[in-house]
Amino acid sequence: MKILVAVKRVIDYNVQIRVKEDKSGVVTDNVKMSTNPPDDNAIEEAVKIKEAGKAKEVVAVSVGEEKAQETVRKALAVGADRGILVKVDGVIEPLAVSKILKKIVEKEKPDLVFMGKQAIDDDCNQTGQMLAALLNWPQATFASKIEVKEKSLVVTREVDEGLETIEVNVPAIVTCDLRLNEPRYASLPNIMKAKKKPIEQISAGDLGVDVKSRIEQIKVEEPPKRKAGIKVASVEELVQKLKNEAKVI
Amino acid sequence: MSVLLIAEHNNKEVKPFTFNAISASSQIHEDVHVLVIGSNSEEVAKSISQVPNVKKVINVNNPIYENYLAENYTSVIIKLSGNYSHIVCSANTFGKNLMPRVAALLDVSQISDITKVISEDTFQRPIYAGNAFATVKSSDKIKCVTIRPTSFDPAPTSGGSAEIQNGDAAEATEISKFIKKEEIKSDRPELGTARVVVSGGRGMQSGENFKLITAVADKLNAAIGASRAAVDAGYITNDHQVGQTGKVVVPDLYIAVGISGAIQHLAGMKESKVIVAINKDGEAPIFSVADYGLEADLFDALPKFLEELNKLNTIQK
Repeated sequence: MKILVAVKRVIDYNVQIRVKEDKSGVVTDNVKMSTNPPDDNAIEEAVKIKEAGKAKEVVAVSVGEEKAQETVRKALAVGADRGILVKVDGVIEPLAVSKILKKIVEKEKPDLVFMGKQAIDDDCNQTGQMLAALLNWPQATFASKIEVKEKSLVVTREVDEGLETIEVNVPAIVTCDLRLNEPRYASLPNIMKAKKKPIEQISAGDLGVDVKSRIEQIKVEEPPKRKAGIKVASVEELVQKLKNEAKVI
Repeated sequence: MSVLLIAEHNNKEVKPFTFNAISASSQIHEDVHVLVIGSNSEEVAKSISQVPNVKKVINVNNPIYENYLAENYTSVIIKLSGNYSHIVCSANTFGKNLMPRVAALLDVSQISDITKVISEDTFQRPIYAGNAFATVKSSDKIKCVTIRPTSFDPAPTSGGSAEIQNGDAAEATEISKFIKKEEIKSDRPELGTARVVVSGGRGMQSGENFKLITAVADKLNAAIGASRAAVDAGYITNDHQVGQTGKVVVPDLYIAVGISGAIQHLAGMKESKVIVAINKDGEAPIFSVADYGLEADLFDALPKFLEELNKLNTIQK
């Protein structure tokens, strides 16, 4: 079995983002960037499946700017065997990303494609499902448990009402939830080793994919600010305020 | 121009967010058709036909739709899509799973999780866990849109009498199979729609200690929420998680207990009307969004809070 894992470079989840003054987007210059958190779970799961002897190769792929190479390199440091970077400039929509990934799937012929369920920058939650549609593969989204069978996966999914279990035939797309596993940290020797692992660079143009935006971003604004609250001194005061001032109980 | 809204249901009842999605749809255009795909789901179709904003209900019944699978639903929607300018559903785990599969096959760039309809092609949506709002305009011929349910009031559920039309099933998928769903049943209000939510975080220290939260929630007829840290630590099940990757809630009153207030948690609750934070760390970021902050040990404060609530003559339910 061969597993392709898609990873995205995003603003680190701990960074308090700032909106640009001209409302054209958010500030990304000199901001700490990291791997999209659930993509770390996706890599971890693929590496675990390989370690369990159920996969032969794990390939990490990222679609993004030159610097997304760091994100691919990090995946290599935690156990992916080789990397692919598809270079694009600027913002690219999930539909275009899924078309690019489809080309990579046709070339690499993986049995499984894993990725995070959602990117924490645009919060779109689309790419995995779109790729599944374009390939006519089954999709197991929001996975919190994956059991690998001979020709299928049994996947537990986190849904609003609780947990759902489905079985999907291989080849399949899985989008990973945060509770799927505990992503490991890269050890120093593995970081050094990862530097020697190959990363193939391709440009989106060479794949013949139209990456033009279909959605025009008119403006980006800060959310309305909440008015500053107060600290209460005691539980009694809190209950009185809720009853008589806020009138919510 | 017409809107096709995909209903979420369990073959017997309509899931409540469908009504919020109907409201959002009728803000896009008044000609709203609702698609009910199910098995013996006539009752569902009937109750949706009574929503005044709905002009037509298309009911597709077949045993293959006993359980929802995105692969199965998508084929039905694609067959009908030619008649519509918009395809809409809620941005919960149901719609998030479904809509991108539809959009990709229609070669449409989807607009996820909208919080406002500005015009038929322009919408507002949160990005970066709600730390920014983007206004976006679609140039696609068909617009595939998921709506954030808590940003739209539910449509009225009676007074209408839309025509119910039977629709055709599509071919059943062979690549995906439903096995089971473990629903956590509760007599409490649903987290997504509750008037009051009481949430616990890592500060609760154990699942056992959540009984302190439960007692207060019982008194206030509240839903129980949790931070990701509390769910990850196994104190409580995932269906309680509030946040960027959990549920977004907008109750009248949100009480955060032992929750520090990570960005991803704030994303799920900071639109609540009144926020209370109880935390012993006075520097915790949760206080920056709280209307009323109480710096105290929750193990003292919660029992006392319950005691004070018991002293009140009346409590709003």
